[in-house]
Amino acid sequence: MTFAMPNLQPAAPEIFLLGAVSVLLIVDLFARRGSRFLTYVLAQLTLLVCAGITIATGTPETVHTFSGMFVDDPMADALKLMVYAAVSLLLVYSREYITVRGMYGGEFYSLALFAMMGMMVMISASHFLTLYLGLELLSLSLYSLVALQRDSKVAVEAAMKYFVLGALASGLLLYGMSMIYGATGSLEIAKMAEVIKSGHANQTVLVFGLVFIVAGLGFKLGAVPFHMWVPDVYHGAPTAMTLFIGSAPKLAAFAFIMRILVEGLEGLVKDWQGMLVILSVLSMAIGNITAIAQTNIKRMLAYSTISHMGFVLLGILSGGGNGYSSAMFYIVTYVMMTLGSFGMVMLLSREGFEAENIEDFKGLNQRSPWYAFMMLLIMFSLAGVPPMVGFYAKLSVLQAALHAGFLWLVVVAVILSLIGAFYYLRVVKLMYFDEPTSREPIAPQYDVGFFMSMNGLAMLVFGIVPQPLMGLCAWAIQKSI
Amino acid sequence: MFQTFLFYFFSAILLFAALRVITARNPVHSALFLVLAFFTSAGIWLLLEAEFLAITLVLVYVGAVMVLFLFVVMMLDINLDRLREGFWNWFPLGAAIAIVMVIEMALVLGGRYFGLADMPVPEARPAGYSNTKELGRLVYTEYVYPFEIAAVILLVAIVAAIALTLRRRRDTRHQDPAKQVLVRARDRVRLIPMPPEPKE
Repeated sequence: MTFAMPNLQPAAPEIFLLGAVSVLLIVDLFARRGSRFLTYVLAQLTLLVCAGITIATGTPETVHTFSGMFVDDPMADALKLMVYAAVSLLLVYSREYITVRGMYGGEFYSLALFAMMGMMVMISASHFLTLYLGLELLSLSLYSLVALQRDSKVAVEAAMKYFVLGALASGLLLYGMSMIYGATGSLEIAKMAEVIKSGHANQTVLVFGLVFIVAGLGFKLGAVPFHMWVPDVYHGAPTAMTLFIGSAPKLAAFAFIMRILVEGLEGLVKDWQGMLVILSVLSMAIGNITAIAQTNIKRMLAYSTISHMGFVLLGILSGGGNGYSSAMFYIVTYVMMTLGSFGMVMLLSREGFEAENIEDFKGLNQRSPWYAFMMLLIMFSLAGVPPMVGFYAKLSVLQAALHAGFLWLVVVAVILSLIGAFYYLRVVKLMYFDEPTSREPIAPQYDVGFFMSMNGLAMLVFGIVPQPLMGLCAWAIQKSI
Repeated sequence: MFQTFLFYFFSAILLFAALRVITARNPVHSALFLVLAFFTSAGIWLLLEAEFLAITLVLVYVGAVMVLFLFVVMMLDINLDRLREGFWNWFPLGAAIAIVMVIEMALVLGGRYFGLADMPVPEARPAGYSNTKELGRLVYTEYVYPFEIAAVILLVAIVAAIALTLRRRRDTRHQDPAKQVLVRARDRVRLIPMPPEPKE
């Protein structure tokens, strides 16, 4: 039995990242206590170099390496670049917040980069084993990030809930994977798809496994009826960590679904389409309606996440190149909006004060017209008001669904997003028409202010010219699937 | 023939030990029965020609995990009577879940879906065949990528565990080995010359 040395080039970003994190861990030991600026700069540099390597080694072809466990295709490259951007942005936003709250240790950066490595592993996995290991690497880093503020009871409780339910979801996923392995005799996604296509696999076992996999994915994504952890964790975790959980990992979750359901279990599309319809409609309904009753903005945004995940699932279940690329576009814009909205929540917080309630946004226009305008752009985009990118994302998903013949689903989705518009617009109303409760000036640091403005304006710019981003998503999907 | 006898022998002990784990009143006894259960299942794995896994089971679970378990059980003051409270209230729910699990297991193991036709008996390996060597070869060649990721996960576990539990408390008394080894006798012991007491 001979073994050929695997081609390491496609995995260069991951390999570099692992080396860089190890260096960061060591360097951080010698950094002065309380001054972690060096670690921060190194982390940002690492992200920059990773992006450079990904662009330099990216090819329009699909390359497999490590005995078919690793795949590098345009979709993986595009998603990885977006993950770098999201992580870099969230490091900028959360630096001030974690410094003030005494979580500014080197661990924050090393765990964040480890979590990112997990996402990258998931994004370019073509084997159940690597998919699962990537997911665990990501989840374990996230659990510990949430618990990092260990003197806060709420944060520890959130971490505990997240951990227990996350472990349950992993168990469900593993159970489903083992069923599918039993039926097809392979863990490699491409081989699995072949066996299913040939019709030799036992259909009952396959569907049995599929149910578990969809339930596990539902948990990880936070889709109804597996959503119970989302509001509690979003609420309890320190806002910087909520920002982390809510943004970049969603890109990896999208890749996860694409790899398992679309690439692996394409042959069972009739079965999972029905399951996703249920998850999608329930998520949109419960997410949007429950969000109205929230007074805490983090909880409100958590329910809004649930409803947005419903939309992403709608895109995926519509199938075809259009459905997948619109779902990818939706998830990318969703990550941008989450970064903006939670970044804003952190911007309003200061030492000893958490801007957690919607009331805290009262009269923001009088305190700082510019940031109120940015928040307005983000809220409009989340609600899907026309010139914003959120509108275009919703439109493309609905078009794909209509194209796939789900007229009733489209009608339901439109009605539910109209209901959802209420609670986003309520924030806008509070900012512009109510008297402020506090006169504390809003003066973020220059970098935070700059990126926050870019983030808000991106809603408008990508809304007016969505073609480049949409084109990128469509190209990546078309080349990869 | 002898193998069949061994299989039933190990299985009987395993079932007995597993049952005692949940019925023993004393948690230390439970933990010890769990050790027995691990040990006998390692025996069954040996019969399946998985000698590396069998030895690992004994080394890792019996040697490390169970010792830790015993420590925890002995250190924590667990009130058993409180744990047993409300047993009969929860019994119907537990029984229902158990029945569902039995049905599922029966479906999976029943032979209809994963019977001998689908999963043939693997052919016996020659005498010199080393399971350990094969595993090692696979782990370092075909499976090197997942193996490395697993290593990174362990690194994350270390970082997270230290970040979450390391705290510098001033009120605890701790030893500083660096200072201990640098101590010289004259820092600690002072010899005082004293004149001998005069005899009377």
